[in-house]
Amino acid sequence: MCAMRPEPGHESGAAQPGSWKAVLTPEEIRRALSRIAHEILERTHGGEGVVLLGIPTRGVYLARRLAERIGEFEGTPAPYGSLDVTMHRDDLRLRPARPLRRTEVPPDGVDGKTVVLVDDVLFSGRTVRAALDALNDLGRPRAVQLAVLVDRGHRELPIRADYVGKNLPTAQREVVRVLLTEKDGEDSVLLGERDQ
Amino acid sequence: MNRHLISAADLSRDEAILILDTTAELASAAGRPIRKLPTLRGLTVVNCFYEDSTRTRTSFEAAAKRLSADVINFSAKGSSVAKGESLKDTALTLEAMGTDAVIIRHSASGAAHTLARWVTGSVVNAGDGTHEHPTQALLDAFTMRQRLSGGERGLGLDGVRVTIVGDVLHSRVARSNVLLLSTLGAEVTLVAPPTLMPYAVETWPCKVSYDLDTELRKTDVVMMLRVQQERMSAAYFPSVREYRRRYGLDAGRMALLPDHAIVMHPGPMNRGVEIAAEVADSPRSTIVAQVSNGVIVRMAVLYLLLGGAGEGARA
Repeated sequence: MCAMRPEPGHESGAAQPGSWKAVLTPEEIRRALSRIAHEILERTHGGEGVVLLGIPTRGVYLARRLAERIGEFEGTPAPYGSLDVTMHRDDLRLRPARPLRRTEVPPDGVDGKTVVLVDDVLFSGRTVRAALDALNDLGRPRAVQLAVLVDRGHRELPIRADYVGKNLPTAQREVVRVLLTEKDGEDSVLLGERDQ
Repeated sequence: MNRHLISAADLSRDEAILILDTTAELASAAGRPIRKLPTLRGLTVVNCFYEDSTRTRTSFEAAAKRLSADVINFSAKGSSVAKGESLKDTALTLEAMGTDAVIIRHSASGAAHTLARWVTGSVVNAGDGTHEHPTQALLDAFTMRQRLSGGERGLGLDGVRVTIVGDVLHSRVARSNVLLLSTLGAEVTLVAPPTLMPYAVETWPCKVSYDLDTELRKTDVVMMLRVQQERMSAAYFPSVREYRRRYGLDAGRMALLPDHAIVMHPGPMNRGVEIAAEVADSPRSTIVAQVSNGVIVRMAVLYLLLGGAGEGARA
């Protein structure tokens, strides 16, 4: 029942050694997040009214890291939370029902705020579309932006990220894995082939 | 999960915990202003009620509507059933109209199981005779976890002591609860007059006692069952007054409970028979929480049965 199968082409979790090539080192991830935090501050004039919402699972850890970075640079950390998009996905009927993840919105809500959605990998864009719908149920932000650690291309919807850690040209059959210390014990982005 | 939810015994521990965790996530969304989710848009759910019910039928209806499913209400009164149509013919009619799920309540034990053989959609048992009522057990388990362990995700009810008191013989709620709660690791004790204890109760995964006061002192949850006079064809106890004196929960008996213990009742209550009004309205009573949790548990069940691809049936 409800076996959690990994997203096609967007797998996360422990990697088998050998078949995977590291495309971002822990240092590079740290620098990319620092740069994104600076860009968010620049684009939003010092982070006024910014709320970071991560898409579970790994987007939430990234949102927390960005919020902490913003706190280091500006003195006040940005509010952050998580946004579960499962119930709004367009591919629910394609596989067994998935477990729901947590939605937690900072106490001030999202009305009139600049919401920055945070995810690990941007691929087809369907998760982000579901996130926009889910966000619609929470309130009416003044603006919505998107930050991703890796943009791997192959969009199926007219969606574009505002902040990108790394643009990673990939083939459709390749798989991108993001590992984060909070969940996987190490920071790394790996590229491999499917069915290995 | 299976395509149907007929019996609490069909659920493994992991499946039951998945339903409780899904409920917990949905419950956190219930406080927000927009409570409708698009997940089951385009699916049809039929509420097929052959027995009177307010809370279960409206609860399933609210759950399906909050997930954007289309709901058809069908009750035996005022339908072809009153003209003598059989369950099978009704099932085939509903099937021909294209329904994705049938919620059925019926006075015959096993009706849901039988119906599941005739329809291609999912069947959810909303109470069949004196047999089972699995979603009631799920909402009771959810309420216990919420009140006793802070609603922590991923947990069962290991070591929780539950005493179920009253008309066990006629109670589908008791049977489903015994099955589900023992799967989740709780220790269940049934207390009832010997005449209202089911046949072969010693084969159930629970203990049996006839002394309420002793059990109340060492329980975390006491669940009072309704005395189902509409199902009683014989005299099971001498008088209501005698029943109340030996098996009713009044304020004096409630004082025997440990400080953290909660009082549950699946409703509808017979105030003054199995439960005194002051107990039903006390802060220890979870009766109102059970009703609001009921909608959310049923949303979780409908989502898990219908929200995915299923075991091959729907594409």
